[in-house]
Amino acid sequence: MAVEAERVKARSSDRQRTAASRTSGPAGRSSGQRRRGSADRATLLGRSAPYLLLLPATLVTLLLLGYPLLKNLELSFQNLNIRQFIQHLTEWNGVQNYQDLLSSGEFWHTAVRSLFFTLANVALIMIGGTLVGLLLNRLGKKMRLLLSTGLMLAWAMPIVASTTVFTWLFDSQFGVVDWMLSQLGWSGMAQYNWMSTQLSAFSVITLLIVWGSIPFVAFNMYAGLTTISKELFEAARMDGAGAWRTFTQLTFPILRPFFLSTTFLEVIWVFKCFTQVVAINGGGPERSTETLPVYAFVEGVGNQHFGMGAAISVLTILILLVLMAYYFRIIVKQEDEL
Amino acid sequence: MRRSLAGRTWPNAVAVVLFVFFAFPVYWMVATSFKQDNDIISKTPVFLPLHGTLAHFSKAVDADGFWTLVRNSFTVTICAVLASLIIALLASFAIARMKFKGRKAFVVVVMLAQMAPWEVMVIAIYMIVRDADLLNRLVPLTLFYMMMVLPFTIWTLRGFIAAVPRELEESAMVDGCTRAQAFIKVIFPLLAPGLMATSLFGFITAWNEFPLVLVLNKQAEAQTLPLWLTQFQTNFGSDWGATMAASSLFAVPVLIVFFFLQRKAVGGLTSGAVKG
Repeated sequence: MAVEAERVKARSSDRQRTAASRTSGPAGRSSGQRRRGSADRATLLGRSAPYLLLLPATLVTLLLLGYPLLKNLELSFQNLNIRQFIQHLTEWNGVQNYQDLLSSGEFWHTAVRSLFFTLANVALIMIGGTLVGLLLNRLGKKMRLLLSTGLMLAWAMPIVASTTVFTWLFDSQFGVVDWMLSQLGWSGMAQYNWMSTQLSAFSVITLLIVWGSIPFVAFNMYAGLTTISKELFEAARMDGAGAWRTFTQLTFPILRPFFLSTTFLEVIWVFKCFTQVVAINGGGPERSTETLPVYAFVEGVGNQHFGMGAAISVLTILILLVLMAYYFRIIVKQEDEL
Repeated sequence: MRRSLAGRTWPNAVAVVLFVFFAFPVYWMVATSFKQDNDIISKTPVFLPLHGTLAHFSKAVDADGFWTLVRNSFTVTICAVLASLIIALLASFAIARMKFKGRKAFVVVVMLAQMAPWEVMVIAIYMIVRDADLLNRLVPLTLFYMMMVLPFTIWTLRGFIAAVPRELEESAMVDGCTRAQAFIKVIFPLLAPGLMATSLFGFITAWNEFPLVLVLNKQAEAQTLPLWLTQFQTNFGSDWGATMAASSLFAVPVLIVFFFLQRKAVGGLTSGAVKG
């Protein structure tokens, strides 16, 4: 409502301004030809001003974002391996790359792995983040500050640095995690090599991503919770609702938009996550932790099948676009300031 | 509304456990970097670096080309952030203050560009940069980093500009300023905190970037710190003290900036990927 009122006000002041310029128009005209020319130029300039202001941003976006996307598409229709790469040859091969990919077990295997990896991570992030957010809301001032500090550290930590630290934490020889697990009575875990199997490597990667992502969800959850008035919770408690019912019948419905948009944001982020997987073990052991973006990178840049790699990225981008379309439908509904 | 003793204690207990869970990796990084070697590789971990040493830091700092990498990282990040700030300032003024056809479309493009999957575009970018004969240079990195932070910069600056009351600008124009003068003399000074916050977030993004530099700049003297950090282990064997010292050197500036900005970071940034 307030926004609408604002708009009406702006529109009416615009109308006043045009009325003013209309009345001042004839006076300006009588004072000579030169003046009128400059006024015309001013309105022309005024009308094109927004476009001029947007020009640099638009050009840069077309050149540095649009062109690489097109180039990616173009490359995906080429037979571009090390020989063609060195000799600067362009060999078109139509949809061959796509045919090969879609009929190969490896691609589908990686796609399914990516899917489950994303689902597992996002589920853990959303559940963990929500619980931590609820806890933040319940804590006293001092304890909230303490927990926020911890969350802030994890959130701010550069991904490359945290990946290095997690490698050290899970080191098989002197890693503190193995020591702790064996101390807790799990003697088989002493000197355990976490990078030796797919499941254990994925566990470390998942823990790393979840650890780094929970703070964002938790802080937003907490920010959302503070907007709900205390009386509602009070009323729910009076009616004898337990914690679970209060959450499902009160908190969740009110914060539904938050849950939707954050979940999609996390799905997109985890699905395209690259640094953690590559920097921790390069997609190993034996390529068993490669997700789609890593698969594209290893095929394209690592094995120098550039065309094939480009085709994998195009398919990955398509999946991302579908996810993003859903995300945008959610936030366009929410944001009236668009 | 009195809760039982247990009801009052368990949230605090859980909070302490969670604090340890989230803070421990960061603590362990810093602690390891100060520990003596025999404390690092002892059978039972030493949790407090009582016999601290700075040897690991000097090893990291004295590593081949460390200062070149620091300079590269700073050059690339600062140039990228400044360029994107200038471009974004123009664009965000237009979308915050002017009405024109296509405004909505531009805003949608900005939001889409914000989510651009850079990680998946590295192959195409590699080919483009190679065809331009610019591999192992800082210019392409700077340009693409600028593009990476541009949408976010436009989006947040738009908010800051919209927050400056329109009346201030109008009264300056009534007093005889042109629109450009009004912007420079009235709006710009009020934007200073916003510009500061936005550029620091841009700084963090560009400072941490890894996939692109991994693909584009393989030569040692053209790398940036994130790439160096991931290769540190390979280069230095399992010298965890030095590796953690290198990590700390890389991460601590970011942690400080982040704490400085925390109020602006929390809440309201759901639409902007501060970290993704």
